[in-house]
Amino acid sequence: MINKEQPLLMDQSKKGRKAINLPKYGVPKTELPDTKFLRNEIQLPEVAQLDLIRYFTNLSSLNYSIDTNFYPLGSCTMKYNPKINEQIASIYGLASSHPNQTDENIQGNLEIMHDLQNELGEITGLPAVSLAPLAGAQGEYAGLLIAREYHKQNKQEHKTVALIPDSAHGTNPASASMAGLEAVTIKTTEEGDIDLGDLKNKADENTAVLMLTLPSTLGLFEPNILEITKIVHDNGGLVYADGANLNALLGITKFGELGIDICHSNLHKTFSTPHGGGGPGSGPVMVAKFLEKYLPYPHVKKEGDKFKQYKPDFSIGRLNGFYGSFGIIVRAYAYIRSLGEEGLKEISQNAIINANYIQERLKKHYKLTSSRRCMHETVLSASIQKEEGVKAIDIAKKLLDEGFHAPTMYFPLIVEEALMIEPTESESKETMDKFIDSMIKISELSKSNPKEILEAPINLPVERLDEAQAARNPILAWEKK
Amino acid sequence: MKNSPYIPSTDTDNKEMLNVIGVSSFQDLLDDVPENKLFPSLNLKEALSEQELVEFFELKANNNSASKSISSFMGGGAYNHYIPSTVKSMIQRGEFLTSYTPYQPEASQGTLQVGFEFQSMVAQLFDMEVCNAGMYDGPTALAEAALMACRIKRNNSIIIHDSISEKSLEVIKSYSKWQKIKLLNYKDIDQNDDSEYGCLLVQSPNQFGEIEDVEKLANEIHNKNGLIVQHTYPISLGLLKPPGKLNVDIATAEGQPLGVPVSFGGPFIGILTCKKEYIRQLPGRIIGQTVDKNNKVSYALTLQTREQHIRRESATSNICTSTQLIGLMVAVYLATMGPEGIKSISETCYHRAHYFAKELDKSANFKLISKTFFNEFVMESNLKPYEINELLLKNKIEGGLDVSSEKKNRIMFAVTELNSPEILDRTIELLGGNNDK
Repeated sequence: MINKEQPLLMDQSKKGRKAINLPKYGVPKTELPDTKFLRNEIQLPEVAQLDLIRYFTNLSSLNYSIDTNFYPLGSCTMKYNPKINEQIASIYGLASSHPNQTDENIQGNLEIMHDLQNELGEITGLPAVSLAPLAGAQGEYAGLLIAREYHKQNKQEHKTVALIPDSAHGTNPASASMAGLEAVTIKTTEEGDIDLGDLKNKADENTAVLMLTLPSTLGLFEPNILEITKIVHDNGGLVYADGANLNALLGITKFGELGIDICHSNLHKTFSTPHGGGGPGSGPVMVAKFLEKYLPYPHVKKEGDKFKQYKPDFSIGRLNGFYGSFGIIVRAYAYIRSLGEEGLKEISQNAIINANYIQERLKKHYKLTSSRRCMHETVLSASIQKEEGVKAIDIAKKLLDEGFHAPTMYFPLIVEEALMIEPTESESKETMDKFIDSMIKISELSKSNPKEILEAPINLPVERLDEAQAARNPILAWEKK
Repeated sequence: MKNSPYIPSTDTDNKEMLNVIGVSSFQDLLDDVPENKLFPSLNLKEALSEQELVEFFELKANNNSASKSISSFMGGGAYNHYIPSTVKSMIQRGEFLTSYTPYQPEASQGTLQVGFEFQSMVAQLFDMEVCNAGMYDGPTALAEAALMACRIKRNNSIIIHDSISEKSLEVIKSYSKWQKIKLLNYKDIDQNDDSEYGCLLVQSPNQFGEIEDVEKLANEIHNKNGLIVQHTYPISLGLLKPPGKLNVDIATAEGQPLGVPVSFGGPFIGILTCKKEYIRQLPGRIIGQTVDKNNKVSYALTLQTREQHIRRESATSNICTSTQLIGLMVAVYLATMGPEGIKSISETCYHRAHYFAKELDKSANFKLISKTFFNEFVMESNLKPYEINELLLKNKIEGGLDVSSEKKNRIMFAVTELNSPEILDRTIELLGGNNDK
């Protein structure tokens, strides 16, 4: 890793340098519009091509990534992103196809979308699928709009409450609020299961939807799932499942068979499309057949041997400019087609075995939040280490020094000093053993020499940041020195 | 034998791990799953080898007209522009491609500094003070900007100018539907009464390519205590006055034209810029410059108290992506172009579009409707748009967008630097440009 500061491009800029030659107009010039519409000057960096390539290449080397490091990042499913999927997404006839083309000129794209809709429907047991949502949060939002539209059509407009467990991702209440729903918190037990008594008390005629994450954000399968969905349905509500943790369920069980009506899936988690340092994602929404008419548009169906886009009768509307994150959709479909039924089942099996293996080996060293077997991730607490002055964030930073990305920290909020670890199916036993050894070493160090942990990281391009200053005095763009 | 090449564990590894865990079979780990719901069959298509996978998708791609076309005049929200080699090579770097959201800044300085460059260069192109790290796409950025303006002004009425595209309007509707927002039509606003509004949304160049008088509209809405939100086409800013010089409060755009393939509509990146005084209401990720404990310049996600993972139901939005990888493409694109390059591309688009429009206008088949436009314009024709497009497609050229009204045949062409002078002349010839009025 190169540990040199890389000056910003504007600070490297020199007048007269350039990185590309461009074509001439090649046609007679036309008079420009009135000067009140015209620009005087543009400030952008002027750099030579090599300097530009070197700059961005060197910046890339300052990153941890799946291609270089193990990311035991709970709830994020940082699995291997197969290279072939990148190659396929850049096939000329796909990457250069224009979204405003008419249906007969985009049959290939529509077929890919149609087939992925079917595969996701089969995997989740919720057969009506829209690929439109551009991220998990937008998929959630779509799911809630579907619930609202359904209640509206049934003349149940008083149903405006979203029941959300206190262990939920922050996007759940944020999406509920965008959908004009009142977020009512449902308590969870210490192990993160929904508190049935609290659910029974709060589910009533105003319940529009229960938003639940399955497996829960503690990495556990909700043992009362059938009873929970029944309670909500008995009150006329719908059940929405946040599919962030779908990597645990491929061929293990299906949302649709558990009484769940709506779910979303993050293609950038379970279906291996790259995270890209924070997007682009894709968050298809899957619903039971009776909710199909509410799906966002454009939606794709097959008529005879032709594929067509259409607007469902009671569609919740358009969620973005075109069809969704098509390039991501292609990658996810390529992934599913490269594995088939048997390959997909292996994912969840291996993800679950790996997580349980790490949990078992670390349970003597860190406090476990549950004595139960976990699914694809395990949540540890650094509460024992905290007594020595070493918090979850310190352990996270020390792991960075050891060459591992940190686990998800301080989530779920209900666990003190949470460290959420998800190895995925991509990691070998050897890699996990090294990670476990580091975790044990850090726990021992928290007793013998906590200072070493508190000073971490020291092996990375920068040490701990002054994040408070960044917020107090925000510098959000290049400024002339 | 494993079915997946993406899983390293062997049967022996799994057996060893199950032993350590203390169970005899995998199923013993699934006690919490209702037994009668366990292990459903998945009726999926058969698995393909890597080679078959490529063949399969090549075949599908061949069913798109794009696979055979050599040039395209299609616009309307997504545009064909040349993508420099620098952009294509940088996005292939796995360290960018396969990294996570930079919650651990010490291990993510590459991603963070690129994001800061994106914010800086886009802010400069727009001449706006602040740009966030990226939204999903143009229309969602515009919808979020409108909601942001309503929060700032504590006024839930949004005025929609008729320059705004139909698709953007549809997105605004689905984003605002349940939030007690009033959508008003600009034409229905009385400029002389003293009502106040949250904001006015205007698109310039507009949905049909025309340049709007944004400054005048900004004055109008400011007089009504509202903000002006301009949605724009970023390539046009090489030639046209940027939002920051038009008294605009919040400016948005579809970032795709800046080095990103049209890719059937996504993934794109939404650009959202604003005056600095509004940053606390800005949705999405923001990257800030700071120092580490050795006083070394470094970068981190900042102002996170606006966001869903902290503020939950009171967050500015539910968004938690910055479409960072597409932001990388835009950053490399703008750095490659530089000030002269972006000006040159912008002018090439302008001059080629006007040449093409004027030549077509000479034909008896076409009449130019647009007046002051950038690179996209509308022609009235005695031919139906699909007839025009069929004819062009036979010659490997993708035509324009059908924007016909009930009574009139209308087609909108977008011209960029990718429509070479030879293609323009060939298209003019095919469409009867020699057949003088």
